[in-house]
Amino acid sequence: MPAIIEIESLSKQYNSGTTALSDVSMNIAEGEILALLGPNGAGKTTLISIICGLVVPTGGSVRVGGHDIGRDWRAARRLIGLVPQEIALEPFETVLNTVRFTRGLYGEAPDDAYLEQILRSLSLWDKRDAATRELSGGMKRRVLIAKALSHRPKVLFLDEPTAGVDVALRREMWQVVEGLRRDGVTIILTTHYLEEAEAMADRIGVIDKGRLLLVRPTAELMGEFGKKELTIELSTPLEAVPAALAGRGLVLAPDGLSLRYDYDARAERSGIARLLGDLAAAGIAVRDVATRQSSLEEVFISLLQDARTEDAA
Amino acid sequence: MSMGVNWPGVRAIFHHEMMRFFRTIWQSLASPVVSTTLYFVVFGAAIGGRIQSVDGVPYGAFIVPGLMMLTILQQSVSNASFGIYFPKFSGTIYEYLVSPVGWIEVTLGFVGAAAAKAMMIALVILATSFFFVGVHILHPFWMLAFLFLTAVGFSLLGFIIGLWAKSFEQLQIVPLMVITPLVFLGGAFYSASMLPPFWEAVAKLNPVLYLISGFRWSFFGLADVPVGVSLAAVALMVVVCFAVIRWIFATGWRLRE
Repeated sequence: MPAIIEIESLSKQYNSGTTALSDVSMNIAEGEILALLGPNGAGKTTLISIICGLVVPTGGSVRVGGHDIGRDWRAARRLIGLVPQEIALEPFETVLNTVRFTRGLYGEAPDDAYLEQILRSLSLWDKRDAATRELSGGMKRRVLIAKALSHRPKVLFLDEPTAGVDVALRREMWQVVEGLRRDGVTIILTTHYLEEAEAMADRIGVIDKGRLLLVRPTAELMGEFGKKELTIELSTPLEAVPAALAGRGLVLAPDGLSLRYDYDARAERSGIARLLGDLAAAGIAVRDVATRQSSLEEVFISLLQDARTEDAA
Repeated sequence: MSMGVNWPGVRAIFHHEMMRFFRTIWQSLASPVVSTTLYFVVFGAAIGGRIQSVDGVPYGAFIVPGLMMLTILQQSVSNASFGIYFPKFSGTIYEYLVSPVGWIEVTLGFVGAAAAKAMMIALVILATSFFFVGVHILHPFWMLAFLFLTAVGFSLLGFIIGLWAKSFEQLQIVPLMVITPLVFLGGAFYSASMLPPFWEAVAKLNPVLYLISGFRWSFFGLADVPVGVSLAAVALMVVVCFAVIRWIFATGWRLRE
């Protein structure tokens, strides 16, 4: 897929001297979902804010659909929709009017049929005449999405779309994003919820201290960094790992009722079959086994630790 | 959308601002009508009883242009400053900064709406004054031209105040501490020629005097300063304010980080 967003050596230093972004370069393909992960203050929102026009970069360039965001800002902005992190809505305006207003700002002719379609898809049509101050938090967030989609953007930025919302609503948001993906909208989202990135994103970018540590396909990242863990539950407790099994990296639980074995999921041989055979030979009865892949959260923490260790060295 | 001015964007902002006005139409109109009536009672009836006429114009009629100017200045500044400050306060300003509207669209939308509202209220005051005094307008075209230019000039000033303000207190302070005194000292209720020579010279340093003088000329053909100077003063104000707003948007001062 061709790149719809091209970011080259983007930097931002605030007047206070804080470096929010440092030499960030990446391309985002049309139709993909990219999740930007990083701790608070990593530079995720700054990156989004520069592309959308809220923050002026101090170096580098960004092109959206081939249009430079500085020189050709009108054409670039027409392609973009932004759902901000904070819920910001005019309290006395009705849902339909506020969405109409945003469409007008983007220079589009009125099209209530299209707006009805958006509001229905976000379960807001019944609330179209309600003032935004009367809506629940989840509904307000959906109104922000409806506004961001009102001019049919090719790229949608979702800045922490599920921050502070309950589990049910979070799932609902995921469905909305999935629907947008089907419509071919390119989506860039920032999130603290690693589960969210893992569930939705085609690629994941990790940002820390203004630097882009990596951008990789989600599955590849999980495969490459994801360790697997085998838990072997025993029928009778052990006092210690038998000498015959020493050197296999087994860890005995404090209650002696389970053994943990870490292995590399990508390796040709996991060593599980041999381990189970050796356990049987040693007369140890196995009650159950379970495997678990390390979560993206663990991958993420490990990446940050690696980057910080490199910095320290 | 052409790559020039995004007119649908201007229309969207203008319409959005006017809708806010119409949502509270009775409050918007009742308040100036009530205060104008009070001005007529206090200044027209009480003081007018002592001052029969100014340069041959009955005092009650003489203060009508001043009252309209007082209203148009206050309304223009407050409508435009609140119009742009409220999105900053509520956080919805981001919409204007990320959409394909630039300084020209935002200014035309907000200032156009603020000036339109102020003119509507000023005309309602003029209509109200007909109930109290007989007012004859000598130059109706110039009356509307002064009204329009003044509304635009002070809406631009209000817009700058709204962009500058970081709190509701700051939003109030300029209209309260600067605009209202300038109007009262600008000959809203008297002619500068009624002042002693020294104070007449001081009064002529007040830019609002030129607006009121020109506006009053359009009603009665009487002016404290030449009409051309009045027109030039308000035109200069419009140009300077436009330049300041353009600079604010170009640098992102108090808008973008």
